[in-house]
Amino acid sequence: MNLTSHSFEPILQKDAAANHIRPSMTYRQDAWRRLKKNKLAMIGLYAILLILLIALAGPWLSSLSYSDQDLMATNQSPSAEHWFGTDNLGRDLFIRVLYGARISLSIGIIASILNLTIGVIYGGIAGFFGGRIDKVMMNIVDILYGIPVLLYVILLMVVLEPGLINIFIALGIAYWLRMARIVRGQILSLKEQDYVLAARTLGASNWRILFRHLIPNSLGPIIITMTLAIPEAIFTEAFLSFIGLGVAAPMASWGVLASEGITSLRSYPFQLFFPAMAISITMLAFNFLGDGLRDALDPRVRR
Amino acid sequence: MIRYMLIRIFNSLLVLLAIITITFFLMHAIPGGPFTSEKNIPAAVLKNIEERYRLHDPLWKQYIDYLGNLIRFDLGPSFKYAGRTVNDLIRESFPVSLQLGVVSIALSILLGIPAGAIAALRQNKWQDYATMFFATLGVSVPSFVLATLLIYIFAIKLSLLPAAMWGGITYMILPALTLAGQPTAFIARLTRSSMLEVLAQDYIKTARAKGLSPFLILYRHALKNALIPVITYIGPMAAGILTGSFIIENIFAIPGLGRHFVTSIYNRDYTVILGVTIFYSVLIIGLNLIVDLIYPLLNPRIKLNGKQGE
Repeated sequence: MNLTSHSFEPILQKDAAANHIRPSMTYRQDAWRRLKKNKLAMIGLYAILLILLIALAGPWLSSLSYSDQDLMATNQSPSAEHWFGTDNLGRDLFIRVLYGARISLSIGIIASILNLTIGVIYGGIAGFFGGRIDKVMMNIVDILYGIPVLLYVILLMVVLEPGLINIFIALGIAYWLRMARIVRGQILSLKEQDYVLAARTLGASNWRILFRHLIPNSLGPIIITMTLAIPEAIFTEAFLSFIGLGVAAPMASWGVLASEGITSLRSYPFQLFFPAMAISITMLAFNFLGDGLRDALDPRVRR
Repeated sequence: MIRYMLIRIFNSLLVLLAIITITFFLMHAIPGGPFTSEKNIPAAVLKNIEERYRLHDPLWKQYIDYLGNLIRFDLGPSFKYAGRTVNDLIRESFPVSLQLGVVSIALSILLGIPAGAIAALRQNKWQDYATMFFATLGVSVPSFVLATLLIYIFAIKLSLLPAAMWGGITYMILPALTLAGQPTAFIARLTRSSMLEVLAQDYIKTARAKGLSPFLILYRHALKNALIPVITYIGPMAAGILTGSFIIENIFAIPGLGRHFVTSIYNRDYTVILGVTIFYSVLIIGLNLIVDLIYPLLNPRIKLNGKQGE
């Protein structure tokens, strides 16, 4: 072995990395960082923001309205004038898809906010008070859980008559169970934490502990459930529209547009293609974002 | 164990009663009777009809009567089609739906489980990405879009398969594929994630260290354990395929129960809506009950203290 004096030089610390202390991160920063690393989730997020922007601003960009008919230009193929073509009454499909975005998205968002409100309050109370209250409340949820939900949404729509507000009501009533279960489970495990004891020692009331401490700390699973509930609501509305229980004409959600497109599939396939694409892209975006959020927010899958 | 089963059965019966009650009173809360849409019915005829359907009885008496009939499996007559009962309708059309449903379930299991298992074994390789891509797509595309797409390609452009109607295997391929789409995607995702979890367990390492063949490890140790969560999905899957059939049977003009149900919604044929909803509910709840009762037998880790795990 050939040893020179060079071999005995101490190795200097070359990089500062070993000494570098990582700045501490809050849970939210950590989650956001992880979400940003997930490409699909970010694509989903940007796609949703874009769709929202288009839905809000889009209809102003054109002088046409969703109900404007031009009987001289019915069933036209996509062109520079009518980007998505026209339907059998000469209505511009592009405009109708834009307005449809408003309706479909607002159905998704409002229905999931309703679920959120009912589910969080119900699950929160059950989990927080525990004991007999919890047992009774969760037994009710278990029993309702056995009911095939979609059938009941259909029944409600038959009873309530089709219409936008009634869709909100039916979806809100029907889909809060999962949220309630998740919130309850979360609260149940959180309420044994020391900071709850600390808050209680400081004299905080039950409601304050529940709404200021426990529910904000269960936000992760709540947000995940909500993100995945929105596409489900949009889906359900499309389904309802298809069996004739959706919003009333001339308003049209994507579901209505798609089911109108199906009737003329053989002659004018583009009339189905565009609304179907709109639904599928939105679903895909929400699913990507939901999956990404689950990976980013759920501490159980942190490895 | 026995206690758990009894509680589950009791709960299911309670759910059924709740469903029947909710459905019954919802249907009767609709303003106007079922005959208000028919114009120009002579008052005497209307009176006779109402007499026949006992619409003059107080609501609670109608409810008791209906329950009594239900116990004898009598769902009552159709309001819109004279001389036909809801039972006739179900007897005629349910076998078609059942056939379609069973084929779809079989398809989604046969396609979904291997796809998920392969994706898990080749995690982060192209097989995984491809499977997950199709699975996400499958969850994102509404069934009626998938249906029309398949009809467009295979029936209109390629003229390989019939676009609609019923009779023979060729008629079944497209609707069954459409119905199987979403559950297949779901099962693939479920199998993949539970398979990944199982593959990380110590006993898989032990099996490998023992020198077992990869096939044996995969089949006997990994897949068998990974499939336990998939079994719980059978209940929701059946429900999904059932409701999915409403749309699919309409698009493909299949004379099944789903199509009749949608027609009865269009016609506001209340007894049929009521009867079919109850029939479907019994079916789904029964299936869920069976799955719940079998589940502990397959998964001995579940504690049976009469409470459902969650």
